[in-house]
Amino acid sequence: MLNAHDILETIRMIDNEHLDVRTITMGISLLDCCHSEIDVACTRIYDKITRCAKDLVKTGEQIEREFGIPIIHKRISVTPIAMILASCDDRDAVKIAKTLDRAAVDCGVNFLGGFSALVQKGFGPGDRELIEAIPEALAATDRVCSSVNIGSTKTGINMDAVALMGQTVRRAAEMTADRGCIGPAKLVVFCNAPEDNPFMAGAFHGAGEPDCVINVGVSGPGVVRAAIAEAGDCDLTAVADLIKKTAFKITRMGQLVATEASKRLGVPFGIVDLSLAPTPAVGDSVAHILEEMGLECCGCHGTTAALALLNDAVKKGGMMASSHVGGLSGAFIPVTEDAGMIAAARCGGLSIEKLEAMTAVCSVGLDMINVPGDTPAEVIAAIIADEAAIGMVNSKTTAVRVIPAIGKDVGDELSFGGLLGGGPVMPLSSYSPARFIGRGGRIPAPMQSLKN
Amino acid sequence: MRAVITVLGKDMVGILARVSSECAEHNINVVEVTQSILQDMFAMIMMVEIDKCDIPFPDFADKLTAIGEEMHLVIHTMHEDIFNAMHTI
Repeated sequence: MLNAHDILETIRMIDNEHLDVRTITMGISLLDCCHSEIDVACTRIYDKITRCAKDLVKTGEQIEREFGIPIIHKRISVTPIAMILASCDDRDAVKIAKTLDRAAVDCGVNFLGGFSALVQKGFGPGDRELIEAIPEALAATDRVCSSVNIGSTKTGINMDAVALMGQTVRRAAEMTADRGCIGPAKLVVFCNAPEDNPFMAGAFHGAGEPDCVINVGVSGPGVVRAAIAEAGDCDLTAVADLIKKTAFKITRMGQLVATEASKRLGVPFGIVDLSLAPTPAVGDSVAHILEEMGLECCGCHGTTAALALLNDAVKKGGMMASSHVGGLSGAFIPVTEDAGMIAAARCGGLSIEKLEAMTAVCSVGLDMINVPGDTPAEVIAAIIADEAAIGMVNSKTTAVRVIPAIGKDVGDELSFGGLLGGGPVMPLSSYSPARFIGRGGRIPAPMQSLKN
Repeated sequence: MRAVITVLGKDMVGILARVSSECAEHNINVVEVTQSILQDMFAMIMMVEIDKCDIPFPDFADKLTAIGEEMHLVIHTMHEDIFNAMHTI
């Protein structure tokens, strides 16, 4: 039986603590859209996306109004486009990107992910063409997101792809320099990419997924922070317990929305992604949770331990609340999208080295970090290689989404607006990894025993 | 199906009357009401049956939200399932 306290708690979470469902993402397989003529493939892609997702936004809004729960995004992820491109005689990937953009606009979704390639072991047909087209595709479209998987625990790291991605990220920034370098903000380089991730910019619909599926990403850093604040000076065992209970409630809401959306759209339910996804809004920050635990500033010594506790407790609480868990599942630490991270980076409390350490214990990786505009491609590649190595060795997903702020240097600000936020340009090491990156080849897959 | 209506704000004459008459107008049965007044703050929770509601439920929720804005109150009208999901195992 419901009691008044529980009801008012839910209302408070929504009104004051930014509780929301971050995204309902429909995964759509495009494997049946392959054709040797690219124009035919594009028509099939457009038709299939607009057919499957025609009611997605409307249904999301209905659920939002009936349950009184804000659902921030309705989005689409598709089969990695390199797989579709492989069958085309004319491999003009930008043409497909523009088709995806048009489909996204007509379905009313704000982002569509899957302009992707999986090259962890090597380049298959279509992969290289797709990667080379990424900068132009991101400049020519508004809603298409791109990701490339360059490594995994089972295969090791494809260093040729890492070097190519360093150049691609830089080129994507150059081609969108007149629009705040927005290109690389829509591009994620993964190691161990999950195939059912509902969160952008790294969402794509993996080859092992069903034809069409509904995945839901929950959120709620503000709720967790408020719960810890209310608990006062308890020990860390109690903090972990509190986070678990809060994550359970948040996830149950996500599970309800996921099953309801799946039922109404007649599409199977895939997974709930147990993530704490911050936004630049005040009170919706992962950094502020860490500071509420007792750190003076996110990025100080102790941050990695606090984040490890948070990340683990979120998963433990969320696991029981959902029938299927997947995606990235954990706390996100995107710098420009998190008010607390932005403040910590501005005051010098948070460095890229500390962020790298934090990625060893939390979801994803070096996310939404502005780096100096003159950063060479091989330095970006080396950042990607470091991050991929952490993911590969620890059997976890890691990713890099850095934005070379063209024409800007350390201390300057670069802003994207909206949920992508903005923040200061952060300093990098000035020594060169060029010879290491220039070697190419593959870093072999790591040992799975003798773990020290 | 049941829904929960919560009304929060500054106490004044006629809040309960206004909300319950809106329910009656749309054939919604009030099952349970709890209300408390702490200092000047008014908090009311109503459990209602929405099966026979004569307009789509989200439209009814919008009407109550509008009444809330008019009376300077915050009114949430939400499906019962959301609370059951979050607070029961």
